[in-house]
Amino acid sequence: MRYDQATWTREDGDENADTYEPLLAEKRSTEVAVDESPLPDDLTRESVALPDPSEPELARHYTRLSQMNYGVESGPFPLGSCTMKYNPKFTEDVAALPGAGTHPARSAASTQGTLELRHHLQTYLARIGGMHSVTLQPPAGAAGEFTGILVAKAYHEEHGNDRNEIIVPESAHGTNFASAALAGYEVVSLPSAEDGRVDVDALEAAVSDDTAALMLTNPNTLGLFERDIEEIAEIVHGAGGLLYYDGANLNALLGRVRPGDMGFDVMHYNVHKTFATPHGGGGPGAGPVGVVEELAPYLPSPQIEERDGEYERVEPEHTIGKVHGFAGNWLVLLKTYAYIARLGDSGLTDTSAKAVLNANYLASQIDYEIPFSPFHHEFVASADRDAADVAKRMLDYGVHPPTTKWPEIVDEALMTEPTEAETQAALDQLARAFNNAADDSDEALETAPERTAAGRIDQADAARNPRLSWQALDN
Amino acid sequence: MSDTGRGSPFAPHTDAETTAMLDAIGVENQEALFDIPEDVRFDGEFGIAPRSEREIRREIQLHLDRDDDLTAFLGRGHYDHYVPSMVDHLADRSEFLSSYTQYQPEVAQGFLQALFEYQSMLVELTGLEIANCSMYDGASALGEAATLALRARSVDGTRVLIPELLADGRRAVLENYLAGTDATIERYPMADGNADREALADTLADDCAMVYAENPTVRGTIEEGLSEIGELADEHGALFCLGTDGVALSLLEKPANVGADVVVGDAALGLGASGGLGLGLFTTHEDFLRQVPGRLVGVGEDSDENRAYTLTLQTREQHIRRERATSNICTNQAWVALRAAMHAAWLGADGLVGLAEDCVTNARDLADRLDDIDGVEAPAHDRHHFREFTVRTDRSAADMREELEDEGFAVHAIDDHLLQFCVTETNAGQIDELAAAVEVVA
Repeated sequence: MRYDQATWTREDGDENADTYEPLLAEKRSTEVAVDESPLPDDLTRESVALPDPSEPELARHYTRLSQMNYGVESGPFPLGSCTMKYNPKFTEDVAALPGAGTHPARSAASTQGTLELRHHLQTYLARIGGMHSVTLQPPAGAAGEFTGILVAKAYHEEHGNDRNEIIVPESAHGTNFASAALAGYEVVSLPSAEDGRVDVDALEAAVSDDTAALMLTNPNTLGLFERDIEEIAEIVHGAGGLLYYDGANLNALLGRVRPGDMGFDVMHYNVHKTFATPHGGGGPGAGPVGVVEELAPYLPSPQIEERDGEYERVEPEHTIGKVHGFAGNWLVLLKTYAYIARLGDSGLTDTSAKAVLNANYLASQIDYEIPFSPFHHEFVASADRDAADVAKRMLDYGVHPPTTKWPEIVDEALMTEPTEAETQAALDQLARAFNNAADDSDEALETAPERTAAGRIDQADAARNPRLSWQALDN
Repeated sequence: MSDTGRGSPFAPHTDAETTAMLDAIGVENQEALFDIPEDVRFDGEFGIAPRSEREIRREIQLHLDRDDDLTAFLGRGHYDHYVPSMVDHLADRSEFLSSYTQYQPEVAQGFLQALFEYQSMLVELTGLEIANCSMYDGASALGEAATLALRARSVDGTRVLIPELLADGRRAVLENYLAGTDATIERYPMADGNADREALADTLADDCAMVYAENPTVRGTIEEGLSEIGELADEHGALFCLGTDGVALSLLEKPANVGADVVVGDAALGLGASGGLGLGLFTTHEDFLRQVPGRLVGVGEDSDENRAYTLTLQTREQHIRRERATSNICTNQAWVALRAAMHAAWLGADGLVGLAEDCVTNARDLADRLDDIDGVEAPAHDRHHFREFTVRTDRSAADMREELEDEGFAVHAIDDHLLQFCVTETNAGQIDELAAAVEVVA
């Protein structure tokens, strides 16, 4: 399949010639003096200059921009660890229902319906994770990690444990390290064993009285299930630490294994991955956190609890406080609820089956070495040449490329997660993109992409000379 | 496609395809692909019944119908401004909504340009040179500002000074962002709703890392001596962080002109009442560029020497710098930033300033109306107000709040004898009814 992304190029010889779509400010901008406001002059600014296009012009501007943007509905989007699955349309309509978004300061008594929905979602997520209690407050996965680690910290402090280390496998998501550090912990990096999994001996050597928790994702970023998970849990718990589950890869396990049953004490869910809420070009997501019963008293405040058919906002006894100014990204959570309800038990279980089937089928169709197996929802292929170049060339074949050059344990990594949403035909198309790129000359790769809205962008140059606003363009 | 029951409606495989794919892989069945020890396996029984689209829409509608149909005069950081239809229709285009973070900029020029435009509008509104492309909300943006202050080489000290009157959510989130540091949070007093600048001058010292003030304040009062606070902070080598919102910025003093080093807040644009889903603003001076949390969009050139956009300075971020990153943020609120930029452009400078001016006059009108009622004094503070204000009550404010709910209105009770009302264009039409209700319960 050949792909030509829509491109709007302006080549009219003015100062900013050869732009793909002029900036709003280059179309029409108006400066308005603030001189007749209802406030005294010394409390107000002098003027404001903003773009001022008409609605028809704006509609055209943003439609053109959208055409120069690749989304899940444009074609396959197999970014490893990102779970870019189809976002069902009806969930958008549900979140847009009148009354779906009320003010977060509304009283519990006047929002019983919304609180009941929140409570149902807490319950669904708890069942899916094998957890006792769930908070919906964290606004993203990384915020969920931070929340979970703060919960662990509060638990240890309450029990008089002075522990200052969090252990994170070398191959973990970057947020794990950053979230642990933000919570004030020393991060101990754990090297992988030769088979790509946790090195159990190294873990045994790493744990101590200082260990607050081990953060782990399972399947790991290579798609491998940590088969020693029970032993790992025993080692961490034996040392007095807690086991944290990074839910980024939960899509692989839905209905087959629950983090709680594997011995995890605290976990986050990435609803924009596992539960198909749209990623929105970077967010908003939501990162609910589930905990075992012993950790429930430490959850953020408030929790929604049901008493005699009434739903109440309750402050957990040893709460860590708040991790969002209000009640989290509620409208995103509402889409999550709708998706889980649509799938139910059979759909959730089928999701992991088809996600794993798709990854394995795609892997069987590409001419690349995949050093680690058996993998599940994702695999990491080795490009055997510059993985970034291969990715750029794949763009020309009408697909979004995989995550590149990570995890580092695989040379020139192409971390690939097709998700359950792709048909066999789409996977075949994706495989052709992989294989064509592998067969292409070095020159074709280095000059790729050529069919996208913009040609190869010099990112190093953009970073050397940072221009981050249209005001900076004249400099 | 089956409506419910058999598998996922969003996994499109026919049985024949599934079989063909299993054959190609060389396994008997799907279960053979799972390398999971028996001991930890789960039977798949969550007890969640699959429902059809139609059933779910009805179910959720029935839940929402159980919420009381109140007119909210609520604010304190979350504001209900009218969002034009255009924003929904364009932001919902799936190329935007269903795209990922722009790690392949050549196929993401559209979103990158929209975010670049968003950053640029914030640069105009704040007068600071750098805006990132979003934080979760105003509370987390405040937390990030404080950690930036502690990291910045030009700043010594560990005390973080915050106003005594501050939304609980902001204070509580800030506490958590600083839980892993040696910083201490201290509250400075307020005088009649605004920062008590004399008291602040007494407590501000060289051991302060950051001073935080808001304009408008959490009670809607407009600050009158912000540049004094800016100078004080500067004198003691502390960062001056100013909290505000996207609408207020168009009218109130330009943050750069009062010496603000970081501007944070909730956008209040792009989304109306949304259960707390927000958009955290974060803008700062060029000096702190390398310390900025979150994503930044910059301009570069592509191979055709055309202007092109890309995420930039990513070595600050967690996926590269890991535990030494400037923040742990990954997923942000990019789509809300897109909506806010659309909303601001739709309003234009004239429309945005007009909206902000209405926030002053509507609040003034409502306060005047309420002040005529026996048993209440409005506004409680002798200040100019933006969008919201507090009201002193003779009766218990909590009782009045509850009784106002029975009358169909949601308002804040923030102290024994203080109510708070917030008015925007979405509820300004019901000022008469609200005043009548207050008269009943006062």
